[in-house]
Amino acid sequence: MAAERADQNVMAPPHSSPKPAVPVIMRRVLYALAPAAICQTWFFGYGLIINFVFCALAAMLAEAAVLKLRNRPIRDTLTDGSALLTGALLAFAIPPLTPWWVPATGGVCAIVLAKQLYGGLGKNLFNPAMVGYAILLLSFPVEMTQWMPPRMGDIDFTHLGFLSQLGYSVSGILPAELSLDAMTRATPLDLVKEGLRSAQTFSEVRANSLFGDFGGRGWEWVGNFLILGGLYLLYAGIIRWHIPVAVLAGLLIPSALLHLFDADGFASPGFNLFSGATLLGAFFIATDPVSAAATVLGRLIYGVGIGFLTFAIRTWGGYPDGIAFAVLLMNAAVPLIDRYTRPRVFGHD
Amino acid sequence: MLKFTPKRRLTGGVRLPANKTESTGKSIRRGLIPPRLIVSTRQQRGPAAKPIVEIGQGVLRGETIARAEKSDGTDVHAPTSGKIIAIENYESPLLSKVALELCIVIETDGADLAIQKRGPIEFAATREDRIRQIASAGIVGLGGAAYSTAEKMRGEPQIDCKLLIINGAECEPYISCDDMLMRESPEQILDGAAILQQLVGAPECIIAIERDKPQAIDAITLAADKLDLDGLRIAELPSIYPSGGERQLVEVLAGVEVPSEKYPSDFGFLCQNVGTAYAVHRFFRDGEPLSSRVVTVTGAAVAEPRNVEAMIGTPIADLIDACGGYSREAARLIHGGSMMGFELSEDSLAVTKATNCVVAAAPDEVKSENREWPCIRCGECSMVCPARLQPQDLVIAARESNAQALTELALSECIECGCCDVVCPSHIPLTQEFRKAKPLVQSLEELQAFSDASDQRFRLHEERRQDATIAAERQRDHIKRALSHEERRAEEIRAAVQRARQRKSETDGS
Repeated sequence: MAAERADQNVMAPPHSSPKPAVPVIMRRVLYALAPAAICQTWFFGYGLIINFVFCALAAMLAEAAVLKLRNRPIRDTLTDGSALLTGALLAFAIPPLTPWWVPATGGVCAIVLAKQLYGGLGKNLFNPAMVGYAILLLSFPVEMTQWMPPRMGDIDFTHLGFLSQLGYSVSGILPAELSLDAMTRATPLDLVKEGLRSAQTFSEVRANSLFGDFGGRGWEWVGNFLILGGLYLLYAGIIRWHIPVAVLAGLLIPSALLHLFDADGFASPGFNLFSGATLLGAFFIATDPVSAAATVLGRLIYGVGIGFLTFAIRTWGGYPDGIAFAVLLMNAAVPLIDRYTRPRVFGHD
Repeated sequence: MLKFTPKRRLTGGVRLPANKTESTGKSIRRGLIPPRLIVSTRQQRGPAAKPIVEIGQGVLRGETIARAEKSDGTDVHAPTSGKIIAIENYESPLLSKVALELCIVIETDGADLAIQKRGPIEFAATREDRIRQIASAGIVGLGGAAYSTAEKMRGEPQIDCKLLIINGAECEPYISCDDMLMRESPEQILDGAAILQQLVGAPECIIAIERDKPQAIDAITLAADKLDLDGLRIAELPSIYPSGGERQLVEVLAGVEVPSEKYPSDFGFLCQNVGTAYAVHRFFRDGEPLSSRVVTVTGAAVAEPRNVEAMIGTPIADLIDACGGYSREAARLIHGGSMMGFELSEDSLAVTKATNCVVAAAPDEVKSENREWPCIRCGECSMVCPARLQPQDLVIAARESNAQALTELALSECIECGCCDVVCPSHIPLTQEFRKAKPLVQSLEELQAFSDASDQRFRLHEERRQDATIAAERQRDHIKRALSHEERRAEEIRAAVQRARQRKSETDGS
């Protein structure tokens, strides 16, 4: 009697309108990055913007090429905004005075090696921007460490105008009277690493005019805007609190304990918070849903892991910053974490 | 009235736009008699009732027109007076789908004459008979799932009912029929609850209402104080969908998680909707069997959204006419709320006891696009799942038809509430995938059960065979022993004869 009607013409429940789609989320994350990007441009020059353009352009062209090879629709994927966001995150991590092929290589590696080879958006094990960054850091260590001093009245800095910056990016030629050595400067993280290694105390290192209240001057401001962007992401429901809080706890708690124990030999937690990619990592990189753990407990473990590994690499490792490697290491652990933190199903033992 | 503090917070769930105020501005419209009623003979989960009327026959309100043949069925009654003009198959909405059912078509006469002026009905002597009374009154759960109330009350005979939960949570968007009934008939609901409580012998009764219904809460509290009922408490719940689900209510109120293969009655809980309690009151106090229910008629395409007391069998088109008709073309007609309700392809279908709400939706108030993005594993679905499942993993298994993985991920616990769908940024039709995949898990379970049974049969057979072999061997030994015994005796006899002969010959010789 109960002949079920074919339901090709009716919509299946639920009928309530769903939350904003993936492209909207990607766009909102880009908006959240904008204030920090403007701030970083102000303090460190137009390099960020130019690098972003090369990163994003290379990323999107590479994505289109791979999609063509894979016989997949190109437009739908390119318009989801994920390649653009990867480009933006990677651009934040590339020094301003870099020839164009550095960001371009990074963008291509991030999209092709870390994302499309795994099957595209949602399938990648590793965070594409961090894979791109790691490849660049290992391949071009010189170009990837040419950071500049911030635009501050009492600091001797030379920033290029937009056109000469663009000219340098494209041709690798600086205006006649300038040299790279004169323009670039070690970052606060480098100074601390070198200083502590050569038996200086933390407070002696901090006496340098590049240091502000907590971290490097200029960088602290960028950090403030990254926090602002992160708070917006939390408010808009795009990220949940677990990962950022866990990352910061995993970094700051051991940092605070060791700094209390030996204030000369270990950098302060405030310095760790406002240096390098800590805030970018906690709010924008570790929270990449695709490569992060999906369960609540899993996210806490994942975040603490990233925080602690960052602390360990900064303190005892060979690199001044550790966010990228920490994220990649924890990415690799995600399938295991997710499997063993699956919550107990309703009504099951 | 005493307040009951919920024991737990709901697992998962989402806060959704309620869309209820549109239909709660006006009182329930009563006394609507459509020209024709199409009364399905199947008004509950389980078997249809058998028509006991003939075409051309006149019927009166409350007259039984179809009788349940099995204990899990319910009788069907004429909602008003009129004439039977057809008994044939019509599409009828029940149990999350539209199906062809045998329907009794009544041409109404507008007089609404009752079969007889009946007063209160005596409780039958035994518990089983009292439960049968409820089935013969056509009373089924009016929350939308249309489970036979009698069948539910039977429960597990050896488990005492310790708590009766009257469900007035009404958490799903758009639906406001329970809210309006609680506002307008709180005393009748509480009286019905008291009857139910007495029938199942529950020492305690909690009426659960979401906080977004302050007027209903006030009305019920006032009525409870007036009636001075013992053992009745009110639980105010946060407005989170799907806290009105039966298992969810038991979780929140009693802190017990009822798994999918069990029922709340297995743990001593009975849940009944406020509309059902009202129907119980109407039957035992006024002698009126259940032949009408309150239906919310709403949506942006309805001119004057409101609640209507609709006779069972009222075509939905008549309901919408009673609410001022369509104000614009409806993009979608939904039976039920916007989360678990299903789309109807036409408004000629008739109200059943499962019809709690009809939404004639404008294009901008429902999901319209079918575009889907890749899953970005954001995990929002698992955060809102009331069953603590991992929809992001389940959907992969479902699309691969991987029954093993689906079983491991406990797909059978999915209550199809739709929470995962509405939070999914990739707009993946998760609930639909899960509904489609459920038979896979069932077939795997059946296969497992079949294989277990075969295994068992084989083992028993082996045992029997071994037993038989052993028995046969024993028999043989026994026979052998018996034989050898006889042989020995024959030998002994022969020897004795021999000896006797010898002795004889010796004596003879001497």
